[in-house]
Amino acid sequence: MKVSYFPGCTLRTKAKDLDKYARDSALALGVTMEEPDNWQCCGGVFTTSRDEIATKLSSVRALMDAKSKDQILVTVCSACHNVIKQTNHAMQTDEEFASRVNNYIAPENYNGEARVMHYLELLRDEIGFDKVKEKVVNSLSGKKIAAYYGCLLLRPNSVMKMDDPENPSIIEDLITALGGEAVVYPQRNECCGGYIALENPEAAKTRSNTVTASAANAGAEMIVTACPLCKYNLEKNGSEIPVVYFTELLAEALGVK
Amino acid sequence: MKKELEAIQSEVIRRSGVNPKKCMRCGKCSGTCPAYDQMEYHPHQFVYMVESGDIEPLLKSDSLYQCLTCFACVDRCPRGVEPAKLVEAVRLQVVRRQGNNHLKTDSIPALIDEDMPQQALVSALRKYSK
Ligand code: SF4
Ligand code: SF4
Repeated sequence: MKVSYFPGCTLRTKAKDLDKYARDSALALGVTMEEPDNWQCCGGVFTTSRDEIATKLSSVRALMDAKSKDQILVTVCSACHNVIKQTNHAMQTDEEFASRVNNYIAPENYNGEARVMHYLELLRDEIGFDKVKEKVVNSLSGKKIAAYYGCLLLRPNSVMKMDDPENPSIIEDLITALGGEAVVYPQRNECCGGYIALENPEAAKTRSNTVTASAANAGAEMIVTACPLCKYNLEKNGSEIPVVYFTELLAEALGVK
Repeated sequence: MKKELEAIQSEVIRRSGVNPKKCMRCGKCSGTCPAYDQMEYHPHQFVYMVESGDIEPLLKSDSLYQCLTCFACVDRCPRGVEPAKLVEAVRLQVVRRQGNNHLKTDSIPALIDEDMPQQALVSALRKYSK
C-alpha cells in the first residue's frame, strides 16, 4: 500500500525521530510513505477565521497532490494533522471559503476530495492493530505507558473525528497491541501550553507540570506523544518520566529501531 | 467611534462564523479553559462582550495572546458557540493592522532555546503576527 505523507517542518529538523521511525515502521507493515513534491509548512496552527485564505494554501496544495495520486494523505505530527484536516473540512463545507481558495489555485479546482488520516488512524483503520500485534518482535512486556493526546489530535471533534475526545483509546489500544500496559490518567487530553512557551513560559510550565504529574501519579513509567511541541514542553519543564514519540515505541516493538 | 466599533463587531461575527446569541451563559467554556488564570477576559466574556458590542476592552487586552487554541471551549460548549473562534477573530482585528504585530521577529532569538521545535515558532508567528 502506498500513501501520501506530509512530514511538516519539524519532522525534518528537531523531530527527526518521529519521522524516521514512522517511515521504518510503515515499511515493516507493508506501507510506503511518499512525500508530495515541494510541500510547504502547514503553519503549525489552524486559523479558524473564514477570511484567512493564503495561510491555508500549503495544506490545500498537499491535499491536491494526494487527490491527484488517489492516495490517502497521512500526517504524523499532531499539528500538521490538525491543520490539514481542518483545512480539508473547510474546503468541503464552507462554500465561500472554498471559492476564494479556488481563485488562488485556478485553473485547478479542489473541494476537499482527498482523505486525510493521522498515522495512528492508518494503523487502526487501514492496517489494523491486530496485524500490528502480529508483527511485534520485541514486546513492550507490560511497561506502564501513558498516552498523551494533548489537544490537537482530538479537537475539534466534529472535524477530527478520530476518537472520543473525552475518553479516547486509540493510543492506548496501540500500546496494548505492542505489549505494553496503557495507563489512563485525567490530564491526557488537556493542553501542554503549546506555543505559549514563547509568550508566557510560566503558563506553559504550569500546564506541562500538571500533565506530567497526572501521568506519573497514575503510575506511568513513560509518556508517549505524537507532537514535537508537547514533547518539548513536557521535557523542558522537567517531566520526571521520559517522554517519547509513539513511532519510536512502535519501531522498537517491530524490531526496526 | 461607535460606528467603527459596530463595524468591528459585525466583521468579527462574520469572520468567526460564531453566533454569540446561542450562548446561554453557563460558563463551561471558561471553566474548562486552561488559560483561565492568564486571561483578564475569559472565553464566556468574549462571547457576551462581542454580542453586546463591548469590543474595545477586548481589542486592548492581553487575553488575546493567552489563548492556547486548544479547542477545549469549542468542544465542551453545550450550545456549540465555539468561543475560541471569537478570540481568534478579535485578535486578527488587532494584528492585521500595520505595526500591530504582537510577536516581532527581532525578539524571537531571545525567546527560544536550541531544543525548541520549529512548530512553536511557526505557530506563534501565525497567531501573533501578520
Ligand atoms: S481555545 Fe483558548 S479560550 Fe478556548 S479553552 Fe483553549 S485556551 Fe481557552
Ligand atoms: S460554554 Fe457555550 S453556552 Fe456556556 S457560556 Fe461558554 S459559550 Fe456560552
